[in-house]
Amino acid sequence: MGSVASYFRNLNKKEKKQEEERLLRANDRGFNLSFQYANNAIRTSKYNIFTFLPLNLFEQFRRLANAYFLFLLILQMIPQVSSLSWFTTAVPLVIVLSITAAKDASDDINRHKCDKQVNNREVEVLIDGELKKEKWREVQVGDIIKLENNEFVTADLLLLSSSEPLNLVYVETAELDGETNLKVKQALTVTGEMGDSIEALASFNGEVRCEPPNNCLDKFKGTLTVNGQAYSLDNDKVLLRGCTLRNTEWCFGLVMFGGPDTKLMQNSGKTVFKRTSIDHLMNILVLGIFGFLATMCAILSICNAIWEANEGSAFTVFLPREPGVNSSLSSFLTFWSYVIVLNTVVPISLYVSVEIIRLGNSFFIDWDRKMYYPKNDTPAQARTTTLNEELGQIKYIFSDKTGTLTQNIMTFNKCSINGKAYGELCDFSGQRIEITEKTPRVDFSWNQLADPKFIFHDHSLVETVREGNPEAQAFFRLLALCHTVMPEEKKEGELFYQAQSPDEGALVTAARNFGFVFRSRTPETITIMEMGRKVVYELVAVLDFNNVRKRMSVIVRGPEGKTTLYCKGADTIIYERLHPSCSNLMKVTTDHLNMYAGDGLRTLVLASKDLDESYMKEWRKRHNEASTAMEDREERLEELYEEIEKDMTLLGATAVEDKLQDGVPQTIEQLAKADIKIWVLTGDKQETAENIGYSCNMLREEMNEVFVVAANTAEGVREELRSARRKMCPDAAEEPSVTTARAGLFWLKKTQTVQDEKVDGEYAMLINGHSLAFALEEDLELELLRTACMCQTVICCRVTPLQKAQVVQLVKKYKQAVTLAIGDGANDVSMIKAAHIGVGISGQEGMQAVLSSDFSFAQFRYLQRLLLVHGRWSYLRMCKFLRYFFYKNFTFTFVHFWYAFFCGFSAQTVYDEWFITLYNTVYTSLPVLALSLFDQDVNDRWSFQYPQLYAPGQQNLYFSKKAFLNLTAFSCYSSLVLYFVPWAAIHDTVRDDGKDIADYQSFALFAQTCLLIVVSIQMCLDTYHWTAVNNLFIWGSLAVYFAVTFTMYSNGIFVIIPSAFPFVGTERNTLNLPNVWLTIVLTSLLCILPVVAYRFIVMQIRPTINDKVRHRARKEPPPTPAPRRPVRRVSTRRSGYAFAHSKGYGDLVTSQRFLMKRPVKGRVMLFSHITPAES
Amino acid sequence: MKEEGNLENRPSNTAFTQQRLPAWQPMLSAGVVIPGFLVIGLAFIGIGVGLLITSRSIQVLELDYTGTETNSPCNKCTTLPIQNNCVCKLNFTIDTLFKGPVFFYYSLTNYFQSQRKYGASLDYNQLSGDLTYFKSPASDCDPYRYANGKPIVPCGSLANSMFNDTFKLYQIVNGKENLVPFDGKGIAWWTDYNIKYRNPDYSPLENAFNDTEKPVFWSKPAYKLDTSDSSNNGFVNQDFLVWMRRAALPNFRKLYRRITEGDYKDGLPVGNYSLEISYNYPVKSFDGTKKATFSNVSWMGGQNEFLGIAYLAIGSMCVVMSVVMLIVYAKFRFPEDD
Repeated sequence: MGSVASYFRNLNKKEKKQEEERLLRANDRGFNLSFQYANNAIRTSKYNIFTFLPLNLFEQFRRLANAYFLFLLILQMIPQVSSLSWFTTAVPLVIVLSITAAKDASDDINRHKCDKQVNNREVEVLIDGELKKEKWREVQVGDIIKLENNEFVTADLLLLSSSEPLNLVYVETAELDGETNLKVKQALTVTGEMGDSIEALASFNGEVRCEPPNNCLDKFKGTLTVNGQAYSLDNDKVLLRGCTLRNTEWCFGLVMFGGPDTKLMQNSGKTVFKRTSIDHLMNILVLGIFGFLATMCAILSICNAIWEANEGSAFTVFLPREPGVNSSLSSFLTFWSYVIVLNTVVPISLYVSVEIIRLGNSFFIDWDRKMYYPKNDTPAQARTTTLNEELGQIKYIFSDKTGTLTQNIMTFNKCSINGKAYGELCDFSGQRIEITEKTPRVDFSWNQLADPKFIFHDHSLVETVREGNPEAQAFFRLLALCHTVMPEEKKEGELFYQAQSPDEGALVTAARNFGFVFRSRTPETITIMEMGRKVVYELVAVLDFNNVRKRMSVIVRGPEGKTTLYCKGADTIIYERLHPSCSNLMKVTTDHLNMYAGDGLRTLVLASKDLDESYMKEWRKRHNEASTAMEDREERLEELYEEIEKDMTLLGATAVEDKLQDGVPQTIEQLAKADIKIWVLTGDKQETAENIGYSCNMLREEMNEVFVVAANTAEGVREELRSARRKMCPDAAEEPSVTTARAGLFWLKKTQTVQDEKVDGEYAMLINGHSLAFALEEDLELELLRTACMCQTVICCRVTPLQKAQVVQLVKKYKQAVTLAIGDGANDVSMIKAAHIGVGISGQEGMQAVLSSDFSFAQFRYLQRLLLVHGRWSYLRMCKFLRYFFYKNFTFTFVHFWYAFFCGFSAQTVYDEWFITLYNTVYTSLPVLALSLFDQDVNDRWSFQYPQLYAPGQQNLYFSKKAFLNLTAFSCYSSLVLYFVPWAAIHDTVRDDGKDIADYQSFALFAQTCLLIVVSIQMCLDTYHWTAVNNLFIWGSLAVYFAVTFTMYSNGIFVIIPSAFPFVGTERNTLNLPNVWLTIVLTSLLCILPVVAYRFIVMQIRPTINDKVRHRARKEPPPTPAPRRPVRRVSTRRSGYAFAHSKGYGDLVTSQRFLMKRPVKGRVMLFSHITPAES
Repeated sequence: MKEEGNLENRPSNTAFTQQRLPAWQPMLSAGVVIPGFLVIGLAFIGIGVGLLITSRSIQVLELDYTGTETNSPCNKCTTLPIQNNCVCKLNFTIDTLFKGPVFFYYSLTNYFQSQRKYGASLDYNQLSGDLTYFKSPASDCDPYRYANGKPIVPCGSLANSMFNDTFKLYQIVNGKENLVPFDGKGIAWWTDYNIKYRNPDYSPLENAFNDTEKPVFWSKPAYKLDTSDSSNNGFVNQDFLVWMRRAALPNFRKLYRRITEGDYKDGLPVGNYSLEISYNYPVKSFDGTKKATFSNVSWMGGQNEFLGIAYLAIGSMCVVMSVVMLIVYAKFRFPEDD
């Protein structure tokens, strides 16, 4: 019952005044407890056993509909008003309440389970001088805990000490901010000295004074007081919950914030209840219906007053008035009586049916094997079961990049060595073969040091290298030498590389597998294994990368004393510095590069140069001078580098793939065909984002222009946005056309909609976080929106989680369109919550995004199935359901209205009370449920074949106010037919045995049978997809109707309770008459044939895409998905230089501070970037 | 991390979960819709013609005897003071044989048996012979629940307002009045007579009604409705049953007698007739009318032209629609290409 405790604690907390500063002391639970800080248990559930019933009932009755039915029930208890027995409302209301309660309970149980799972994770806590395993929820503020490699950080910690030198720890913060490169945190020396000495830690009594809980991820302020000495604390010394410890054996931390106070939880905010646009529309309609109901009742009560005055007062001979009742009082009572009789316009089962349908359709998502990812055993999951139909209305998708579009794996994919391309597989006809998981891999078992995870498919490259081809060997030697990777060999032969950027890691790993294993380095040497032979190179100089140089070189001296310069860099840069003799090779290599670029691969060109010993001596001298010079050091070094990096020999080119998830380009293409706009919002660098844009086909070479907005001032951003817009659409007005409207309940909400503008040609826009910050300001946001919406593709890079949400909000605000956000990391949480629908990529280590998402699955490509199949069907089904449901209830109810004119406006029902009770709950509920669970216009394969089928949902075609008015009019017609045809058929006639026919009970049975048959046929007309279940439910419901009717009107049941079943014998006396059946046929056809004729003619004259595809689907077998063949594209655009990711610990490594404090411990830490002067 | 090959979360592969249930997908295609309309249209026209011919062959004779017009023989019964046992006679002639069996009805107009409170004002338990409810009738019966401190049986407005005009039909043959025999049995539903309405199991029946009051408007208590025939007395009196089966509409017709016996078995022959009405039931106050109606029936019941005409009209519309749709189809034709 931890949740109960935390619940009450939460209550307490609310009363407690706002925390202003947090004070805590290590290893002193008593002291810390006095502040009542939250412990590390989290609670996302809403109820517990005791609060469930009252809270849930309270919540349910807050819903307009339920409150309305409660009100009705009370009305029905008043004998003067009650025109229907109380059970007609009470029974359905109880059913509805209990179904909803059951669903809420099961949802909450899931949340409890989730909480429990997280709360029960174990961590080692230092208690009474001993490390003990404790559950997460038991962890208290002020505890010292020990974390091990790859463990999640338990709470927000102050880092005390670590296994790594200099008290560093490496953490992955992808969960928090989505950045995948490792971050470094460093403990204070004063705490770091404690190391893993339990005694030292147990006696540690530092006092932390810091900021109260907040949600700023990148700021922290506080002080640590140890032995009277105060040390300032900043973000670098804090490990946040949600991070994962990497490359660090262990570390100790002091818990500062637990559970709900952690930055992670503070950031996750409150769960917002999402409602679909259909929900909003439904609320408006229901309100309208209430108005309509009141109008009908008012009309009838006025008529009643008139009738009472004219007829009723005269009829008092036979029906005397109750004392005190005059026509105005009677009319008042009639109003309420008619509210009861006509209440079925807002049927109680509407809401519960809608919930059931959504739940059912959610189950279909959970069950879909085509959205199940076998690799990590992850099925798709509809976490929110109330949003399905909105999946069929998506207009904008906001996608994260890393982990969503890409796998965040860099692979060495292809290379060109000495003019020969490797890495591609061709079949006999020279056609490219797509590489799949089944393609045989190259066997690297000959190489003991090979990385088993490395995959390569082209055998010829291995053969070439093993044959001893000098160019190939030089190529890989370069890759093994020219980089800044740090190796780690904890056990003999088990190598790990710590690379600044995943691309660099990929290249060094490739060299490793092809027999050039980078093994270790010292500041002066690099040791590599060349085809099994250990070779130590002397590192003469590192000519480092920067954004201007776009290349990196190393100068090494081999064991034979030969000095060589190895250089890798962007093609344009390297080509300028090649020896003219390479021109032929350059041409061939350029072709290869174009091909790689076309595939969206990141390319690098490799070159080398043998250096003359004497020249080298002289150069080193100058280099030494330059690097110690007090003035113009940078420039002088730059000159030296320029001088030496020329007349190089081209070795070849590499192509690294930022591996996309499977099927991403195809999915994006499909979604684009469905007229869904996709915006990529990523925290990554511009180059990376751009490159991914190209490789997943969102950016294309043939686009008219790709605008890059990267200004640093508001004015600059405005200018860039404007000029982009003018270029795309020169004649567009300067001011955006904004349509202002009112919407929502009571038309209280003002909405502004920016109209779409037509643009010729295809454009794309890239905007970085800096510019976005300006563009999202109030005065620029419309400009941004206009320009962005004109573009086919929008990519925002370097954006913060908050900006992601702001972009989504912007589109939501001004486009009135349904948005979907998809992401995998904690940095996407805000956007997932902001969008109408949030999708989380599950199955990876992080769960934050999934936990706050509405739908989750393992692969981006499942998005197309979720939208184009499940979403479309759900939307179609929901709309059909609503249309049919309102139709059947309106028709049912309006008949009462017409009958009022024949019963003195006395609120006499047309039908038997039992029929009224059972109509919605039994006779017509199952067929419409079957329709809304099983209906498909066309199957999934056709849905993929024609993504355009998705458009009606985006345009709200199937259920709108207009559609609602149409169906109301049609119901009105049907009810007229249903009342007046039976009326005309019997009002002046008699039965075939001479008895009178127009008695109330016969007429009631007659009318209700007509009604039920008509609505059943209408159901048949609306059903596109007749499964056995549909048949069973439709025919079954009719059969049940007759069975129930015959039972309830039978002698036996009448004898038991005479007053409850007064209709005894009616069916036998009525349904055996030929003219009754002739009238039923007439009524049905009169209701149905106009619909058939109308639909047929409209379909002929203006067939929708839906009609066309259905028509085709009838004639042709479903299309089989075409086998995917990679398209060969050639591009002259080059991807971002692989070194673009040079942040990370590179800064730290090159820092002076770091170099001074050489590692004390035994582990070999090796550093590059040492200038020769220092060595 | 889960190992590869562990597929415990894999959804099951059934047609239901994968939404691949075999299904029939009908469409409103020209091949079905156009011939369908034509066939329905023709069938309707056929049925309509049949119905119309049948309906035309049915004879109906209505005689209004409300007596609002001053020249009406029953006018005297409507003028004040209302006398008890006012009898008036209506003379009429039948020109062609009124084929038997002939049914004799009384009709009331502007009479709201369909009024909710009127219709609900009865006690089914009482009427099924439950003596408990003889002592305390259901509250629905108000204001005809108690009279003079005693419970009313049968209670309620519906029973209270039972129609109490009586009729006798004479054929005038050579100036002499021949009584046409009326059959008052079998005019109510079998279920009403045998199931729904039961007299209390008491003999003599009268004793069951001890300490009860007859309905206010009734001239005699329920157990005296037909003293000659115990199976037609009390709650199972056929006239009572017919009345208690309340009408759905304000203008209605209720079966009074059948003419099935003797010389009139095959119908009412040509001749002059006189209908003797004992006029008791007031309708003038609410502008109602009272009619006596003779009718015979066919397989489709009494005369009703509506059905025949409606069938004909809709049949013709269907035929027209099928032509229209054919033209539309020929002209627009669903474009097959995308």
